[in-house]
Amino acid sequence: MDVSLGLPTRRRIDRQRLLDAAFRGTTQAFAIGVLVLLGGIMVALAVGALPAFRAFGWGFLTSEAWNPVKENFGASPAIYGTLMTSLIAMLIGIPLALGIAVFLTELCPPFLRRPIGTLIELLAAIPSIIYGVWGLFVLAPFLQLTVQPALVSTLGELPVIGALFAGPPLGLGVLTAGVILGFMVLPFIASVMRDVFATVPPMLRESAYGVGATTAEVVRHIVLPYTRVGVIGGIMLGLGRALGETMAVTFVIGNAHRIKTSLLAPGTTISATLANEFTEAVGDLYTSSLFALGFILFVITFIVLAAAKLMLLRLDQRAAK
Amino acid sequence: MQARSKASSWLGTIAIALVAVAPITAQAAEISGAGATFPYPIYAKWADAYKTKTGISLNYQSIGSGGGIKQIISKTVDFGASDMPLKPEELDKNGLTQWPMIMGGEVAAINVGGIESGKLKLDGPTLANIYLGKITKWNDAALAKLNPGMKLPDQAIAVVHRSDGSGTTFIFADYLSKVSPEWKEKVGADTSVEWPTGLGGKGNEGVAALVSRTAGSIGYVEYAYALQNKLPYTLLSNKEGVYNQPNAKSFQAAAANADWQKARGFYLLLTDQAGKESWPISGASFILVHKAQEKPETGKQVLDFFAWAYANGGKMAEELAYVPMPGTVVKLVEASWASNIKDASGKPIWTSR
Amino acid sequence: MTLYGRRRANNAVYLALSWAATGIGLAILFFILGTLLRNGIPALRPGLFVENTPPPGSRGGLGNAIYGSVVMTALATLVGTPVGVLTGTYLAEFGSASRVASAVRFINDVLLSAPSIIIGLFVYGLLVVPLHHFSAWAGSVALAIIVVPVVVRTTEDMLRLVPATLREAAVALGAPQWKVIVLVAYRAALQGMLTGVMLAVARIAGETAPLLFTSLNNQFWSVNMDGPMANLPVVIFQFALSPYADWQELAWGGAMLITLAILALNILARTLASWSNRSP
Repeated sequence: MDVSLGLPTRRRIDRQRLLDAAFRGTTQAFAIGVLVLLGGIMVALAVGALPAFRAFGWGFLTSEAWNPVKENFGASPAIYGTLMTSLIAMLIGIPLALGIAVFLTELCPPFLRRPIGTLIELLAAIPSIIYGVWGLFVLAPFLQLTVQPALVSTLGELPVIGALFAGPPLGLGVLTAGVILGFMVLPFIASVMRDVFATVPPMLRESAYGVGATTAEVVRHIVLPYTRVGVIGGIMLGLGRALGETMAVTFVIGNAHRIKTSLLAPGTTISATLANEFTEAVGDLYTSSLFALGFILFVITFIVLAAAKLMLLRLDQRAAK
Repeated sequence: MQARSKASSWLGTIAIALVAVAPITAQAAEISGAGATFPYPIYAKWADAYKTKTGISLNYQSIGSGGGIKQIISKTVDFGASDMPLKPEELDKNGLTQWPMIMGGEVAAINVGGIESGKLKLDGPTLANIYLGKITKWNDAALAKLNPGMKLPDQAIAVVHRSDGSGTTFIFADYLSKVSPEWKEKVGADTSVEWPTGLGGKGNEGVAALVSRTAGSIGYVEYAYALQNKLPYTLLSNKEGVYNQPNAKSFQAAAANADWQKARGFYLLLTDQAGKESWPISGASFILVHKAQEKPETGKQVLDFFAWAYANGGKMAEELAYVPMPGTVVKLVEASWASNIKDASGKPIWTSR
Repeated sequence: MTLYGRRRANNAVYLALSWAATGIGLAILFFILGTLLRNGIPALRPGLFVENTPPPGSRGGLGNAIYGSVVMTALATLVGTPVGVLTGTYLAEFGSASRVASAVRFINDVLLSAPSIIIGLFVYGLLVVPLHHFSAWAGSVALAIIVVPVVVRTTEDMLRLVPATLREAAVALGAPQWKVIVLVAYRAALQGMLTGVMLAVARIAGETAPLLFTSLNNQFWSVNMDGPMANLPVVIFQFALSPYADWQELAWGGAMLITLAILALNILARTLASWSNRSP
């Protein structure tokens, strides 16, 4: 074969080098574009929120007011609702997700593992508006007629936690929103837990079984400690989703800008407030306050998701070793 | 290679087709409006009839009066609709003009087992106290006093209010401010207020939906919503202390004393009006447009629609228990169009027929 | 009870709870699907796809909403996929060691789970306010921003899975780097990348929040991308919260359509992924 570089071949090589550089440059540009996008979102939110922060200062975060008439706004009820519903969602979602992950990795017959795993992931695929509609039409009336009156008459009578279950059973409210959110984040946490449990070296598990441990003990003493970081990462991922969820919550939270002790009371979350009021906010301060809420939400979810990502990254690196 | 170029040529064709279709069909005449949910049932009916007659579509988004005001100020729609009239200073500040399009009344819809529609009696202060959260059960003494002999259940009252910016709220809160000094001081009246208690629903539709779904609830809605959704409602005593049924007759009685000629910018509120036959929570719903029209053809189409509605929409309105504006007011309104709404060169876009 | 007996009992309880948890998870799935089918099937008539959204009290369909959703989803995918593929390519091919690439990867994963309502706010400020009107373009852009992180993730993962031997063979034949990527790696990872695109489509098909502030809604048939356009999720939002029975029926019908479409896409994507994994 003739390998001498004639003029046409050299030109071709140079052209390919140029195309290589162009291709690399293009992909790099788009990649940097992703960074720019995130930066753009933060800037846009911050700029929109500035007038509100300037007008209310740090008090915005603690004020309970929400009065478009007197143009006095506070983020407190929305932040409280966001945190409360997410907390309830975690309390419901984490144990269920753990149970499902343990089932899929330890208890499930191998031929069923795939189908059931897929079904659980399909739960994650259902759009949040469907959860919202289902919550409004099915879950809320059910809770209002059965569970909530039961809670009021039993737990509501107890001395300290009774205050959490006081008030008329409305069906809608912080508790219902938390339950729906819990169902929504359940598949995400379960998927991550299952993937993370699968990274446990079989040797470790088998050794534990070998010395006579029961399945529950293996999970508690071997699997969970080993995957601790990944599990927490998965939980935080679910938390991040719960904090930012809009549609499922908007339908069932009851839309009330108040902080009440009772979980049965209606409330609001940051995203529900935005969904309900943004297109109708009259006045620059009102719109700016809503942008400020959005900015706060973005900061909170960014922190939680970033922390989750870091934890999962650490687990990946450890598993790779 | 062949598969890829075939796929890409298909994609290209589809993209071009989509883009090509868009400008052609963009010619179809459409006027856009947004705002109050109070008149939405009748505006939707009018829009349907108008489209059948002229082919022009009216795209009305019922997002609440607050939204209507916001959208027309930022010029994202051709007209805004609000149950809360803007004060003359606000109109001037934003270069808007407004007029009353239709009148109606608000009722307190309830969902209490055992209480039929049009039977439960409430007066202003009691209603205010329910919404202030001071009366929390249906068998409260205050309710029992107004309704001797009626069996009231021992059930918690689930208060329902609006979660969005609403002229319906403004009318309701204005009425409560007039009958309860405590309400006036604590809460006041505007399209959005700090509710002491209750669930929030989006739009008149949302409140109606919540009331129909929540046992023991009470919520204020425009009368057509209670009618269309078969929601039981209460009686309300008016300024003279008389309990009338809410219907076109009692709404009209409330509007009888209104002097539209004197009202600058047509700013007039019809709550708690005198008259034995009046319904206490009545109001008009207003349309807002810019005085200086950047797109005069669209502006003219908007005015044509509303002129048609004034002339032909009365019967449809009455079927839904709305009250059409009397002829004298229509003349005043159309005169204001001719003198207020102009195109860029200063020429009025509307000429009275 | 002996220690052994206690441990056995403990085990039994925890395992029973695990079974119960899985049962609950599956029950929720079937309950939701069941409710969707039970309430949505009555809404299925030919008119559902052809007629437009009606004013309350009249019969109608979801034609304009379905059209709007399809158009905006398609446009968002058309715009977001190339951006995502190119970024994913950079991360997989050129960025294994660079700090920029690590940052991009990290930010991308955060964006993946970011609240979609924030993206709606962003596009509102960018495209709706300056232009003074809602538009289907703005809606498509908002959805495209949601598509990008999904496609980036799957593209990078799939490209990394392409065996090194394949690439080395191409290089040995004298192919320049861009040809190795475009002609060899992309082809090898095609099925996986398609899976990613399908998952992205499934994700944006159900998104409501970003469309609330961008494309708004339109009760009439409209193909005008410069104005508000109807779409299924916002229509469902409006109709489900209304008190009108026929609107609620349409809401259920729309909800059922969206869910079935998304589930079908997901199952298809998974089947495709398992095929590409199984082939040698």
